[in-house]
Amino acid sequence: MDQTNELLVDKRTLLLQDHSVRRKVKDRLFLGTVIFFSLITISFVFLIIGSCVLKGYHQINWAFFTQSAPDTFTAMMAKSSGQIIPGGIVNGILGSLYLVALASLIAIPFGVLIGIYLYENSKNRYAGFIRDITDVLQGVPSIVVGLIVYLWVVVHITHGYSVLAGSVALALMMLPLIIRSTEESMKMIPDSLKEAAIALGTPYYKVIFRVLIPTSFSGLMTGILLAISRILGETAPLMLTTLGNPAINWSLTKPVSAVPLLVWQFYNDPNMVDLIWSSTLFLMGFVLILNLLSKWITARRNA
Amino acid sequence: MSLTKLHVQVNSDKILKYVLFTASLLILVISGGMIFSLIRGSMLSFHQFGWDFLISSKWDPTQGREQYGALLFICGTLFTSVLALIIALPLAFSTSLFVAEYFHNTRMASVVSTLVDLLAGIPSIIYGLWGFYILRPFIVSIGLSPQGYGIFTSGLILAIMIIPYATSLSSATIKMVPNELKEAAYSLGATRLEVIWTVILPNARSGIAASYILAFGRALGETLAVTMLIGNANIIPTGLFSTGNSMASVIANQFGEANGLQLSSLIEIGLLLFVITTLINAVGKFIIKKMA
Repeated sequence: MDQTNELLVDKRTLLLQDHSVRRKVKDRLFLGTVIFFSLITISFVFLIIGSCVLKGYHQINWAFFTQSAPDTFTAMMAKSSGQIIPGGIVNGILGSLYLVALASLIAIPFGVLIGIYLYENSKNRYAGFIRDITDVLQGVPSIVVGLIVYLWVVVHITHGYSVLAGSVALALMMLPLIIRSTEESMKMIPDSLKEAAIALGTPYYKVIFRVLIPTSFSGLMTGILLAISRILGETAPLMLTTLGNPAINWSLTKPVSAVPLLVWQFYNDPNMVDLIWSSTLFLMGFVLILNLLSKWITARRNA
Repeated sequence: MSLTKLHVQVNSDKILKYVLFTASLLILVISGGMIFSLIRGSMLSFHQFGWDFLISSKWDPTQGREQYGALLFICGTLFTSVLALIIALPLAFSTSLFVAEYFHNTRMASVVSTLVDLLAGIPSIIYGLWGFYILRPFIVSIGLSPQGYGIFTSGLILAIMIIPYATSLSSATIKMVPNELKEAAYSLGATRLEVIWTVILPNARSGIAASYILAFGRALGETLAVTMLIGNANIIPTGLFSTGNSMASVIANQFGEANGLQLSSLIEIGLLLFVITTLINAVGKFIIKKMA
């Protein structure tokens, strides 16, 4: 009886030792897996950016920024004689800037005002409701935003694809981002700062313009830059609202082109394939620089 | 301060309050208007097909015998998004552990999280192009599928697109797990893996779940990347490498030429997509709210 018991204990300690080795091995293996999968994740960044750079850089030249997109025939002729495609995407660049500027003009003032309202009434139930709906708006797929603006602006106001419709669509996508970033960055202002201004008898609009906005300025800028970088690359809503335009246009009620729209157009035209990568490279460079800039502002503020 | 000046100030404060409140009404008007327009736009199709629209998979725009149903698009959207979630899960989970646990507060972690954030910044159309010109030929060359289009290719691209969304929220919640709990487990002799499995996961569970739900919501609404890769065949996908079509893709592809009943059907698909993504997002936000 005693002997068997002893044997059993022995066996158990052996098992335990074996188990602890296994635990360590498992631990190492898991760390290896985590590192392996993380490397896969970041490798996608390099793969995507790398292929855009490698395939796009040779088409980038002066004409790329100063001329409009060529028609299919010109592109085909150039390609068959072994030259790079003449022309560029200036109509798209100007169109994108125009659309984004108008969208910002609509979305930033309203977004900041609503953000301040949410910040001022943070405990209010109505404000909570507005905050929830803002979150819902942020989740609406971009193609659905395009559909809705088509129904609102293209059908009823401009009676055709237009700059106005495109910028309203982009503004709708910007608005929730601006609202939330305004509220978040104002929350970080120390209450004492605001209270000091109020104690001095400052009227509330002055508190907003002289205290709240200046102190949260870097936060606001980060939000705005991120929102702009988000909408610069939007294609789907523009397909339903501004359509595209081979010429440069400044009229609010006429269609206009944009860089992502041109990319889509080049993609659908086998003769233009070479222009795709340079336009993509330009678009991605622009978007990523804005992204990094906003990160840099945040980092500098936190430092 | 003189009494009149004070009076002016009280007035200006009041006006400002009204201005702020009125601005907040804009959100109500926009969201109400969205729902109203989508419903009104899809009335024609709803009167014609009723609830059959949801369970019919016939999509035939031929004049005279027009017949529309959304089932095949709903299937395409769900299949690609679920696949994307399955592929993104191990990648995003590992990356969030890398950033928030194993290499937390190191230079390496901040480089990795910046790179992952850049993934979120790349526009959808660029993912589509990369998928079309680089990923699709690769899938053909390793013999997975003859054309390279289909559920698998679009799911893979969608997975890359949603990784940053899943990662950033998961790592935020993993970072919030109190240090004392982890240290208690370490002092009992637990290995790192055991701490992750028995302390961090149970504590960060709901945040991680919410991050995947929100990422799933993103995948549902993604348009152009899927349009360029799914094959745009109006069939219910039969397998991993089958072609298909998604709700967002059919809107993008057919909107230009559509009018009448077809346009109304497309708007109804838009309404469905709106409802589905809103529900998914609401669930995700609800979990986050309960957590806080």
